[in-house]
Amino acid sequence: MSKATLERGINALKEQIDTPTAAFFSSCVNCGLCAHACLFYTETCDPAKTPIHKLEPMRRLWEQEYTLTGRIRKWLGLGKPITDDELEQWSELAYQNCTLCGRCSMVCPVGNDITYMIRKLREGLSAAGHAPDGLIGATTRAVKLGSPMGVTLKALEAQAKHVKEDSGLDIPFDVEGTEYMVLLSSMEIINYPEYLQAIAKIFDQAKKTWTISSEAFEATNSGIQIGTSDIAAELVQRVVDAAEKLKVQTVISPECGHAYMAIRWEGPNLIGRPFTFRVQHILEVLDELREQGLLQVEGVEDGRLTFHDPCQLVRRGGVIEQPRNLMRLVVDNFVEMKDHGKMNWCCGAGGGVSAIEEAEEVRLKAFNRKKKQLSKLHVDGLVTACANCRIQIEEGLEENDMDMPVIGLTEILANHLVEKETGGGSSA
Amino acid sequence: MNIEAVLLWIRGPGLGLALGIFLFGMAIKLLEIFLLGRKKNLAAVRSSGVAAGFRTILSRSLPPDGNILRRPRFTFIFGYAFHIGLFVVMFFLAPHIEVSHALLGLSWPALPTPVVDVFTIISIIAMMALLWHRLTSPLLKYLTTPQDYLVWALTFAPLLSGYMAYHHLLLPYTWLLSIHIGSVELLLILFPFTKLTHAFTLFIARWYTGMMAGQKGVQS
Ligand code: SF4
Ligand code: SF4
Repeated sequence: MSKATLERGINALKEQIDTPTAAFFSSCVNCGLCAHACLFYTETCDPAKTPIHKLEPMRRLWEQEYTLTGRIRKWLGLGKPITDDELEQWSELAYQNCTLCGRCSMVCPVGNDITYMIRKLREGLSAAGHAPDGLIGATTRAVKLGSPMGVTLKALEAQAKHVKEDSGLDIPFDVEGTEYMVLLSSMEIINYPEYLQAIAKIFDQAKKTWTISSEAFEATNSGIQIGTSDIAAELVQRVVDAAEKLKVQTVISPECGHAYMAIRWEGPNLIGRPFTFRVQHILEVLDELREQGLLQVEGVEDGRLTFHDPCQLVRRGGVIEQPRNLMRLVVDNFVEMKDHGKMNWCCGAGGGVSAIEEAEEVRLKAFNRKKKQLSKLHVDGLVTACANCRIQIEEGLEENDMDMPVIGLTEILANHLVEKETGGGSSA
Repeated sequence: MNIEAVLLWIRGPGLGLALGIFLFGMAIKLLEIFLLGRKKNLAAVRSSGVAAGFRTILSRSLPPDGNILRRPRFTFIFGYAFHIGLFVVMFFLAPHIEVSHALLGLSWPALPTPVVDVFTIISIIAMMALLWHRLTSPLLKYLTTPQDYLVWALTFAPLLSGYMAYHHLLLPYTWLLSIHIGSVELLLILFPFTKLTHAFTLFIARWYTGMMAGQKGVQS
C-alpha cells in the first residue's frame, strides 16, 4: 500500500461523499435510535458506539466541504479541521466496534443507511494509515498469497485428497466449461473442510458439473473490510479472470456472508463493469436444486435447532427465505430467534472484526447479544451459513459455558442426502 | 413605532423576506445534495428498487413491526406525539388554512378548534418531554449538539406563541401574534441551514436506502 497520510485520507474520504451521504447527514436529528439497534452499543452502553457517531469526522468533512454554512464557517476560520489524531481515534470505532452488520440502517427513522457510510469512512481511514494491523496483515497476505490467512493451493489440494479418501469423490480443479465454479473461504479450508466434501456429494447427486480454479479459489476480500478499493478490485478481478477463463456459468460464493457481499454486490462496482457470469451464494444454489427436485434428502435431525442469519447474506445480501426452506427440509423442530431474517442480530465478528486482535474483548462482549437470544430459545444446536459467524459463535458459547453444537447448513444437508445409485465415482 | 406597525411589517415584507430566504436556501440545499451525484450500481440487481424505495419512504414513518410501544419507548411515544401534533396544528388550524389561501390560493377544510387545541397541547407536552429526555439521558446528552437545542427552540416558539395568541393568554393579542409570526419567520430563515431540513431530506434519504436495499432483494 502506498504511503498513507492525512491528506490522502481526507481526499479518499471526499471522493466517497455522494448524494445519499449528503442526504443522510442532512437528515440526522440525533435521536439516538440507531444506538439501540447496534450490538456494540447495547452490550456496552457506551454512547460513543452509537452508529451515527462513528461517522463524526466524515460528517464534519461533508459539512465543511459540501454545505454553504460549513464553507462560510471554514472561510471565517470557525471550522474545526479534521486531524490525524481524530482519525486514529475513530479508527477504533469504525473497525473494532462495527461489523458493518447493517442493523442500524434498518431502524433509523429518517432512513439513513449508516452502514453504507461506515464502509465509506473506512476508505478514508485506511488511506490515512489508520487501519488496524490485523486487517493490514490480512490484506497483504491476500494480495501476495491469495488468501488472507495465508492458505495456499497446497493446503487446499491436501483437503481435496482427504475428501477423495473419505468419499471417493474427486474435487475437480480447473475444468473448463462447467456450470459452477466454487469459491472457498480460507477459514473454511482450514477449520471446516466438511464443507468441501458436502458440496462434492451434493453436486454428485444432482449431476451438476463444477470446478475450483487453482488460480482464484479464495472468496473473501480483505480489501473491502479494510476499505481500500483498488486492492479490493484486484482481488475481485482474479475471480473474474478465472471464471471467464474457465467459461463457467455461475460462480458460487461459499458459506461466508462477507464473501457474498464482496463478489455479488460490490464486485462489479469495484472492477467497473457487470459480470459475464452469475454469482450465487451456495444457499441460493441449494434452494434452486431443491426446487428442481435435485436435492434428495432423507431423515430429519432429532434436536430443536435454530438458524443464525449471517448479516451480509440476509440483511445486506437478500438471501432470506432460502435458508429457511432448506432448514425445513431436514429439521423438524426448527425454531426462529425473536429477531431473525433481515432483523437478525450480528454474531459480533463480521466486517473484519475477527481479524483485529485488539477487538477480541469487545467482540466477545458483543456476542452477549447472541447469547441472550439463544438462551431464551432453549435449542439443542445452531445452524448457520458462514464460517466466520461459526467460529465466533463457537468461541462465544465456549466462553459462556454453553454447550451446543454449531454446524453449517450445507453440511447438514449433505448428511441427509439419499444414498442411492450416485452417477458413478462414489465407490471408493 | 407602535406594535400595529410592527405587525404590519411582519405580515407583509417580513414574511416575503423569510419565505424568499427559505426557498432560496432550500434550493441551494437540494443542489448541494444532488450535484454530488452517485455511482451507478453495476451488480445484477434483483429488482429496480423503485417500488422498494417508495415503500421505505412510507414505512419509516411507521414504528418498526407496527409496534409503537417498542424500545426505546420514550423516544417513540413522544416522537410520534410531537410530530403528529405539529402536523395537525400546522395544516388544520383554520387561520393557517386562510394564510395558505391568501398566499397560494389553496384551501381545505379545517378541524374544529377544540380538536386542534388538543393536538397543540399534546405537541407542546411532547416537545418538553423530548427536551427533558435530551437533557437527562446519558446517550442523548452525549450525542446532542448546540444545534439540536437551537432547532428545538425554533420549533417550540411558534407552537407556544401560537397557542397563546389564539387563546389571548398573558400578553395583548397583537403582541402575541407578532411574536408568533415573527418566530415562524425565524424558523423559515434558519430552516435550510440547520437540521430542520430533515423534514424534506428524509424523503431523499429513505428513498436511497430503500432503493439500494430493494435492488438486493431486501425491504428495508
Ligand atoms: S437513528 Fe438516524 S436520525 Fe437517529 S441518531 Fe441515528 S442516524 Fe441520526
Ligand atoms: S453496521 Fe451494525 S455494528 Fe456497525 S454501527 Fe451499524 S448496527 Fe452497529
